[in-house]
Formats: sequence, C-alpha cells, structure tokens
Amino acid sequence: MESRILAGPQAGRGPETFADHAARLGPLPRGSAAQATIPVIEASGLLGRGGAGFPVGRKWRSVAGQGGGAPAVLVNGAEGEPLSSKDRTLLRLRPHLVLDGALLAADAVGADRIAIYVGSAHRDARASIERALGERRDIRLPIQLFAAPPTYVAGEESAAVHFVNAADARPTVTPPRPYERGINGRPTLVQNVESLANAALIARSGDAWYREVGRSSTPGSALVTVTGLDRDGVREIEIGTPIGELAEVMGAGRGPHDRRAVLLGGYFGGWVSAERSWDLPLDPLALRGAGSAFGAGVVAFLGHDQCGVRATARIMDYMAGQSAAQCGPCVFGLRAIADATARLANGTAAGDDLPRIERWSQQLAGRGACRHPDGAVGQLLSSLRVFGPEWDLHQRRRTCSREGFVSSATRGKVA
Amino acid sequence: MSTVRTTARATATELVVDRIACDGFGMCAELLPEMIELDDWGYPIIRAGGVPDELMDHARRAVAVCPVLALRLRRSVRP
Repeated sequence: MESRILAGPQAGRGPETFADHAARLGPLPRGSAAQATIPVIEASGLLGRGGAGFPVGRKWRSVAGQGGGAPAVLVNGAEGEPLSSKDRTLLRLRPHLVLDGALLAADAVGADRIAIYVGSAHRDARASIERALGERRDIRLPIQLFAAPPTYVAGEESAAVHFVNAADARPTVTPPRPYERGINGRPTLVQNVESLANAALIARSGDAWYREVGRSSTPGSALVTVTGLDRDGVREIEIGTPIGELAEVMGAGRGPHDRRAVLLGGYFGGWVSAERSWDLPLDPLALRGAGSAFGAGVVAFLGHDQCGVRATARIMDYMAGQSAAQCGPCVFGLRAIADATARLANGTAAGDDLPRIERWSQQLAGRGACRHPDGAVGQLLSSLRVFGPEWDLHQRRRTCSREGFVSSATRGKVA
Repeated sequence: MSTVRTTARATATELVVDRIACDGFGMCAELLPEMIELDDWGYPIIRAGGVPDELMDHARRAVAVCPVLALRLRRSVRP
C-alpha cells in the first residue's frame, strides 16, 4: 500500500513545509464546506486513533449538536503510552496535516478555539507544530499550545481537558464527558492527532477513497509503532494487515517462530502468542475477538529469551506508579497487584500471590474515574492466559525458565 | 445470566460511586450488604444492575450515611 497519512517528502527531510503541503494536497474545505464533511467522515468509517477507537464522525456530530455555547477542539498529541511513538512522528513530519484536521474539525463543529496538547517530552513534535503555526495564514481563531505532563493518564480525554482548564492533568469524574462539558464548560471535541490527519485527507478525497484500502472489516490505513524486531519504528499499514506480514517486513525472518509473543495496543492492550498472532489481522474487531486491542497501534514483540511474567511485572509496576492517585481501588489495588506480580517475577512469591492477582484484577475493572485500572489489569489478565505455564512455574517453583533471577532488571525490550 | 434477571425485576435506579470522592469508610456496605461488598482495602464493589424495590429504603440510607457524599442513586437509562 502507498502511504497516505505519511505520504509526501521522505522522513529524512524533516517536517513538510506549508508550501509543499498545500501544493501536494490542495485546499482544505473550510466554513460551511467543512460542516458538510461531517456526513463524509461518518460514511468513511474512520475510527479514533487515540486508543478507544470511537467513530470520529459520530463524535463530531455529537459535539456539533450539543448547544451550550461555541465548542472547543482539543488536539490530543500527549502520547503517554511508553511503547508508542506514532503521534510524535506524525506531528514532527506532517504538522500541517494535523493542523488541517484541527481547523477542519473546528469549522465542522462550530468551535471558536483550538487547544493543541503535545507531550512535553516530545520536543521535536512541539517545535514542528510551532513552526507550522507560524507558516499559516489561514488561521482565524485562537490556537493555544499546551505541554502535556509526561504521565500515562495525561492523555486521557477528561485529564487533557482538566489540564487546559486548571493545569491539572488528572482525570475527572464523568459524566459529564468532554463532548458535553469540556474546556471552559463548553462542548469539547477531544481528538487524537492521527484521527485529525485522516479527517483532513477524507475531507479532500472523500469517504469512498478512504475505504479503498483496508483488508478486513475496518477500512483505511493506520500508523503503528513496532518494537522488539530488527527494524523497529513507525509504519503506516493497511488496517487488517496480518501481524506476521508486518513482522516479516520489519525483520522477523523465521515466521512465527522468530518471536514468542506480541503485546498489541500497548500497556492498555493485551498479549497474544506469536503463533496465534501471525495470521491475525491488525484490525480493532479482530484483536478484540482475540482478547487484545488495537489501541493506539502498538505492536511490541517479546523474544524467546524473555520472560512473559517479567515483562508483565515491569508494566504493572509502571502502571501502578502512573495512577493519578485519586481513586482508592486504583491506588491500593494496582499497587498490590504490581507488588505481588513483582514477587512472582523475581522468585519471592508468597504462597497465594497468583490467585490473589487474579482475584484483584477481576475486581478492579470499572472501579476508577477513568479506565487506567481497567487497561492495566486487562493487560495482566491476557498475560495470565498467554504465559499461563510460566506464571505457574514462578508461583510453584519460584523459578524462571527464561531470564533467570540475576541482573534481569536491565533486560527486556517490552517494558 | 443472573444479572439480567436481577435487572428485569429491579427498578430503574442504580447506585453510583464517585470514585475520586470515596475514601473507603465502608458504611454503605454495612447498611446494604445485599448490593455492596468491600474489597481488601475497604473500597466498595457495587453489584451490577438496579436497586430492587425491597432494598430501596436501605439504599437511600446507605447514600445518606456516606461521610464524603460519594454514593448516590441515579435513574438508570434502562427501562
């Protein structure tokens, strides 16, 4: 498949200039022409790329129809997921496509301001957007740039709105959801940068064009971040591409035996064995059916010399540390699960640690203001399924068949 | 599934916890053990589905007794 979102100059040439961008793609529908794109975006079948996969057109229609003052648009490039780098790559290379999407969305929903929220650690992405804003002469509403704190939950939509309103990137209790009451109490469209970039292409080329690619139930192309192979990095794929096909392009030369397992969707996603993953389409529906998630497009491989229990323990420790520390079940439950998982991983398991993390995990879902605990335990439960015998070995024998128990803290690519 | 049956004979009112406000006092679970249990750290786990009519008075008392006003009854969207 030819690139779409990343079409244009080679990555080595840096950010595309506005002149090049405008010459390549032509004018963007604005004003009432932008409003008319809402049904086109809906018909395209574009799903949000921030992780939840909510239909983009439906979100725009909800915000446009809210009432209660002129809406706001929040461009979400926080990208707190440690395994993902596709949003900062997009912002760095195609800032004008993202700005196009933001301006289009603002006109479509009738917004009178735009907030651009970029991870504070993603300096190149921020610099690229700043430079791009300086190049444009078609901006007729206030646009403000915000630096998202480098935390996992900062990109959650209510946390993003909270940061713009009160410089506090912790989630708030919902409802009201941001599309009802967000920035300054106005209906707010919170949209991931890749979703906006796609919308800017669909507005020009139409929904039928968007649907021309896609090899499974979900149409279109998507950015993915691949790790754990010889050629790691961000790629644009046709949605529905089998994981094995992508892996082989990225250097997995021996088919499904090349790697052990793959974590899909990131720290909020789920594990699948390499064998099962090879023919599995990178498609939100197919991955959900496999007990995993497309999420924000993370495809992270685990090698044969790496321990699934260890990899999961590192993720759980990170996720417990990334709790916004607002809700008891998340503060205490995630920490307890992470500690028990760490004991299992390093050979000091108490007698009932494994059954306890299973019970706690099942109790935790749905019991936070945001879905941070849900995502974390979803990943853990998938690990218990995929690496079951290994977890048993860590519990019963306090041994590790892969990494041993010496100087393992620095090993492992996944976490 | 049992939850479906529970919902069918229940009223259209649900117990909702403000998870940020809740400090795990646990009084709700004492007053309404039929619907609320506590996890290992004292935070409530609410049974899925609506509050049955016969428990509504107890549910109202559980809501009223919460020291941080974290528990409330909400009309559910389901009929």
